[in-house]
Amino acid sequence: MNQTTNIMISGVGGQGSLLASRILGNAVMSLGFDVKVSEVHGMSQRGGSVVTYVKYGKVVASPVICKGEADFLLSFEQLECARWLPYLKIGGTVVTSTQKINPMPVIIGAAEYPTGIIESIEQKKIKLFHADALGVAKLCGTDKAANVVLIGMLAAHMDIDKKVFLNAVETSVPVKFKELNLAAFEAGYQLKVN
Amino acid sequence: MKKLMLGNDAVARGLYEAGVRFVSSYPGTPSTEITECVSKYNEIYSEWAPNEKVAFEAALGAAISGARSFCAMKHVGLNVAADPLFITSYTGINGGMVIAVADDPSMHSSQNEQDSRHYAIAAKLPMLEPSDSEECLRFTKLAYDWSEKFDTPFLLRLSTRISHSQSIVEEAERIESDLKEYQKNPSKYVMMPGNAKARHVVVEKRLLEMANWANTLEINKAEYHSKKLGIICAGATYAYAKEVFGEEASYLKLGMVNPLPDELLQNFCSNVERVIVVEELDPIIETHCKAIGLSVEGKNLLPLLYEFSQEVLSDCILGKKNDFIELDLTIPVRPPVMCPGCPHRGLFYVLKKLKLTVSGDIGCYTLGAAPPLGAVDTTLCMGASISGLHGMNKCGGVDPKKSVAVIGDSTFAHSGLTGLMNMTYNKGVSTVIISDNSITGMTGHQQNPTTGKTLKNEETLQINIEKVCEALGVRDISVVDPNDTAVLEQTIKDALAKEEVSVIITRRPCVLLKYVVKDTYFSVASDKCRSCRACMQIGCPAISFVDKKAVIDTSLCTGCTLCEKMCKFDAIHSTKR
Repeated sequence: MNQTTNIMISGVGGQGSLLASRILGNAVMSLGFDVKVSEVHGMSQRGGSVVTYVKYGKVVASPVICKGEADFLLSFEQLECARWLPYLKIGGTVVTSTQKINPMPVIIGAAEYPTGIIESIEQKKIKLFHADALGVAKLCGTDKAANVVLIGMLAAHMDIDKKVFLNAVETSVPVKFKELNLAAFEAGYQLKVN
Repeated sequence: MKKLMLGNDAVARGLYEAGVRFVSSYPGTPSTEITECVSKYNEIYSEWAPNEKVAFEAALGAAISGARSFCAMKHVGLNVAADPLFITSYTGINGGMVIAVADDPSMHSSQNEQDSRHYAIAAKLPMLEPSDSEECLRFTKLAYDWSEKFDTPFLLRLSTRISHSQSIVEEAERIESDLKEYQKNPSKYVMMPGNAKARHVVVEKRLLEMANWANTLEINKAEYHSKKLGIICAGATYAYAKEVFGEEASYLKLGMVNPLPDELLQNFCSNVERVIVVEELDPIIETHCKAIGLSVEGKNLLPLLYEFSQEVLSDCILGKKNDFIELDLTIPVRPPVMCPGCPHRGLFYVLKKLKLTVSGDIGCYTLGAAPPLGAVDTTLCMGASISGLHGMNKCGGVDPKKSVAVIGDSTFAHSGLTGLMNMTYNKGVSTVIISDNSITGMTGHQQNPTTGKTLKNEETLQINIEKVCEALGVRDISVVDPNDTAVLEQTIKDALAKEEVSVIITRRPCVLLKYVVKDTYFSVASDKCRSCRACMQIGCPAISFVDKKAVIDTSLCTGCTLCEKMCKFDAIHSTKR
């Protein structure tokens, strides 16, 4: 039944996943697709685990993505990649930042941050692309652009013209940060090539 | 022009296009963005009210005097506004009036998941329920025409998934609606017994008329494909059902969920072999179907609790689940936390240290209940911290010398004043802490009467919390910086010792406000760190323990100084950015 392309974005509240989902939504809308983007506001945004969904196709019915349905899982943080991995479709692609942010149970010593997440995903023979998006963003001039670096990384794995994403980045960010964000996108995009 | 738009923004656009003139709301997730978006339209007067009852009554006043008016609230906000809600059913309106109420199945950001449709039934008011952003816009406009046609307010039921999903809408021009003439009409607008008796007849007649009319509505639509299975649905559940069943089922999608269209329901049920009502939360449509003698399934298959999805429907109805991959790792939970530099942190650190019973309230500071602070005992509803503490203390169940109430500035303005008045009036001796972070925080920074700014960010009169408390009879009032934990601790001890009502205002603006200077950060000299974990007691997300030493993530640190105060070994130092 499912004839849409489903992108799930997971991260920690405050990392900029809302903007990322809006940029992706605008990008695919400009191609004439039907689009639904589902967001998270309110309490869970306060440093909690946050997921947003972007779905596009001829017609999109449900705005949400369930277990085994995501063509792409775009993660801003390793633990949030591991947590939401069951939502990936068998054969889907994972694009993740290697950034780690300790959740409160780990901070207070009630739990441990699991080791070997990337290796565990690789062992499952899942198509995985990982990079230090935060580090790349810092090289571009600001750690705030890690979300756009990640969009660049994702775009390199999608069969949509790069220009479509560049236009969407340009129209979705404030004018004064335009150049910086375009550079961040490009840096993320080039990671695959290199 | 086609746009990708949030459901809430689409409601706001609908208000604009419908010629609405007056909007008053109190913020509440997931409804907040409607009013924020409305504030960008200069053609509409819009404001934040101190609470939903005030907002509702202001909008009702505007409607009676001839304007198309609106207010938005979250589901529990309608509890606060329930009093005028029930009466407007009797009075009717003049200019059209619509009330958006946003439910929160799964409680993404709420204390319960009550089903607002019960209010429509109880107050005998019509309720529409859109299933995507396009319908949010279109239904909002329809609601105004129908509100004026039937002389009744219309409820617009939203849910988190509808409010906070973006889908494509097409914008149109605004059609100005002139103010309708206001005419004095006590038999309609003065609800004393004699008049109310006559108006109740009008209410019942109108409801019957609307129930018949519901059968003719384009927004209540049967969509026939396979007739083996028929799905009756509304709102978000239509999208989930379509995703699962596609053309393997027929659908009766109800755009109006009160009153329900009996003939349409009967026709649909007679045209398909098996009928399942797919509705989140309570079995309202299902119960109605059964009451009119229809054989339907529903909650025998589907859950009463939480938000639905295509996964829930597929599992419960078809017994089918997708394959998926899981890692063999233990993944710790990541609950929401107070931000680094949050001014509530110092307060809850002190309350925990003093081992006090804390009667809590609704806001970011509810997170003071979570570990490691874990200081909050109760959180119920807006304002209950103060009135609840009064009961705890008066009955002798909780010692007033070992307990406090904690309430935020916006929540105090919303529902705290009457509770405080009750304390002073009834010879209370309790201690109330008003945690004033100068903004409505949890819902994403909305102004309130104590911040000195309006919804449109214009300067306005700033309600002085100290003077309000004084006027309510409180004589012991102090103002403290919550980051100055030593002074705060002493102030709380002094207040608890007094045989009178005390108010302590802990004042420091939300660290996320743009004007708050964050020009320093702290770091740990690891050679001085003795691994005592004292700095970990405050639960700051910027501090973690690596190789048995405390480490501060300098990119997250806002320089609030709280961890520095915890360290007995002088290992934490500030640096200018």
